[in-house]
Amino acid sequence: MSYLPYALAVWLFIVGLYGVVTSRHLIHLAVCLTVMQSSSYVLLLSIGYVNRGTAPIFADVPKGTRAVDPVVQALTLTDVVVSVAVVALLLAMAMQVRKRSGTGDPDKLHTVEG
Amino acid sequence: MDVLVALPVAIPLLTAAALAASGHILGRRVDDIVGIVAAAATAVVSTLLVLRTLDHDLVYWFGGWTPRHGVALGIAFDVEPLSAAVAAFAAVLTTASFVYAWRYFDEAGTLFHILMLTFLAAMSGFALSGDLFNMFVFFELMTVSTFALVGYQVHSEAPLQGAITFAVTNAIASFFLITGLALVYGRTGALNLAQIGRALQGNGHDGLVIVAFTLLLAGFLIKAGVVPFHFWLSDAYAVAPIPVCVLLSAVMSDLGIHAVARIYWPAFSGAFHADVPELRALIVGAGVLTAAVGAAMTFFQRDLKRMLAFLTISHVGVLVCAVGLLTARGLAGSVLYVIGDGFVKAALFLAVGILVRRIGDGDELRLRGRGLDAPLAAVVFFGGAFLVSGLPPFGSFLGWSLLVRSSGDVGYGWLPPVLALCAVVTGGTLVRASARVFLGWGDANDPLLSAEPPESEEEPGERESRFSPPLLFGPALALLIVGAGFSFVPGLAGHATAWAQRLQDRPTHAAEVLAGTVPPPASPVPLHAGLAPYGYAIGSWVLAIGFAVFGLYRQRLPGLLRRGAGRVLDRPVAVLKGLHSGIVGDYVAWLTFGAATLGGLLTLLVR
Repeated sequence: MSYLPYALAVWLFIVGLYGVVTSRHLIHLAVCLTVMQSSSYVLLLSIGYVNRGTAPIFADVPKGTRAVDPVVQALTLTDVVVSVAVVALLLAMAMQVRKRSGTGDPDKLHTVEG
Repeated sequence: MDVLVALPVAIPLLTAAALAASGHILGRRVDDIVGIVAAAATAVVSTLLVLRTLDHDLVYWFGGWTPRHGVALGIAFDVEPLSAAVAAFAAVLTTASFVYAWRYFDEAGTLFHILMLTFLAAMSGFALSGDLFNMFVFFELMTVSTFALVGYQVHSEAPLQGAITFAVTNAIASFFLITGLALVYGRTGALNLAQIGRALQGNGHDGLVIVAFTLLLAGFLIKAGVVPFHFWLSDAYAVAPIPVCVLLSAVMSDLGIHAVARIYWPAFSGAFHADVPELRALIVGAGVLTAAVGAAMTFFQRDLKRMLAFLTISHVGVLVCAVGLLTARGLAGSVLYVIGDGFVKAALFLAVGILVRRIGDGDELRLRGRGLDAPLAAVVFFGGAFLVSGLPPFGSFLGWSLLVRSSGDVGYGWLPPVLALCAVVTGGTLVRASARVFLGWGDANDPLLSAEPPESEEEPGERESRFSPPLLFGPALALLIVGAGFSFVPGLAGHATAWAQRLQDRPTHAAEVLAGTVPPPASPVPLHAGLAPYGYAIGSWVLAIGFAVFGLYRQRLPGLLRRGAGRVLDRPVAVLKGLHSGIVGDYVAWLTFGAATLGGLLTLLVR
């Protein structure tokens, strides 16, 4: 098993995190979050990957056929669904912010501090 | 099979779905009634669960996928009394919030009820789940529903900002969780907590287990609001609608800590069994830092809601200490503290809501002397302030006694005085605010407090009578009384300790979950705490009143003293306040820093 997918997962996580920290626009920030999320998809799928394994469908195949782990695929799908909800809400909020205060820059919102 | 176990999630979730389909036809009052009935039914079911799990856990495998040969195949709810108690507590508070929202919240449409019920389902599921991935899903469900609830009043800017900060930081918390979970699964091939525990025990720990544990820990501590993960919490809680604040502050933060206990004992305690003292030092250290920072920031607030938000952070610190002692008494104490203290915090939030509703303001200085327009709020406020400062033997006192005893047991005798000092500051600040708002004491201005918050955008309600309407006032007083009386349940401390031991006995617990072996009945562990808890509590109560007087008349101290103290303290105070910048990028940077520090310290301490 190659280490490449794990390296990719770490890379995506760090890049996304950097984007979130430095972002000056809420839409950009939401996109950076999705980049971070992709990291967890890659990680999950690579954990369940089996060399030369087939899709985990066990009809019409001989017993003992190698297959990739179906559990992580289910986890990834669930993860995708939940994260979509978060990002959708975040984008809706970004639109509201733009409407109320005319800016998309999170640093210019200064209603609560101290 | 016990279908009862699934009901605390099923009832609110199905009701929410039904409301989503039909709520807009039914009208506001029907929505209110449906919400109250569903939440109350959930509370009853969860309480029944506590009563039925007194001797052994109830393990419910969804779809009948029971373990085969000791290997978990399906997804389980593992109900033990402490989790069920937290779930029941969440349902009771949701009921109270719905009753309160009847009068408080004019703009509460069907959406509000749907989101609140979803939130309740998520909290129940999170507390009861015995499966790591299921915990993650309910964690996300909590995040999404509360995120929408915090920003419910989309017409003003502050809730939007709070909601966005909340969403971004909590989304990152869930990335931490899923990454940690993936690593655990990769190592053990299991998601059931007991199964993970079996796979990890004996192997000790290596880099992978430490990284996975760090990520899971960081994810839950972000939810709880532990320093330096706490920045989002004060911003979000200060702007959320009052009925939502009640649940956020009294239950959700505490669920984060509870989750740490739920994953540590069944799953990770085997891997870390040789490093208990180091782990204890690390977690208690984080708790003390949180309690202290929370207390200090409480003192600097003039916006009452924000003050209570920082109070929540300070109390989260106390809970982290209680759980972090890694003893049965500590864990039992944390749960009793959550409930006793949660009722009081909830009542205080409702009292602030009454002030906002009747006078149209929630700012300590602007309200000076005007609070008597809502005389009943004064009762709740003073009562709550005294309970927070420690007045024995009410409220969270039972939890506090367990904490004191447990610190002594493990040689952390210095811990109770430090935490009592934090209670002096938080309780004293609340007494100060009560005295200023309701009695008009103290100076009209105080430059030390944070900047003036914007005028509240919530319109004051129609002032029909001098007394608050019973639907607003009833829940607040009821919660305060229940919270105060909570410590009088006979034998509670002993039983709770026995329940905690059951959760902490990993091999027996695993056999119970995976093989259905019923453990022998445990007898309660008596709590002989002596007079020390009383001493600390009375001491902190008296000192808190003194501290309140200091807060009120600080500016009349001799100039020399004030200037001297200012020279020493001005810088750190400014820095501490400046850290709470309200900028989401800063907060995420702190999250990263906190998680990295946590991981680094774990690696260094745990050999």
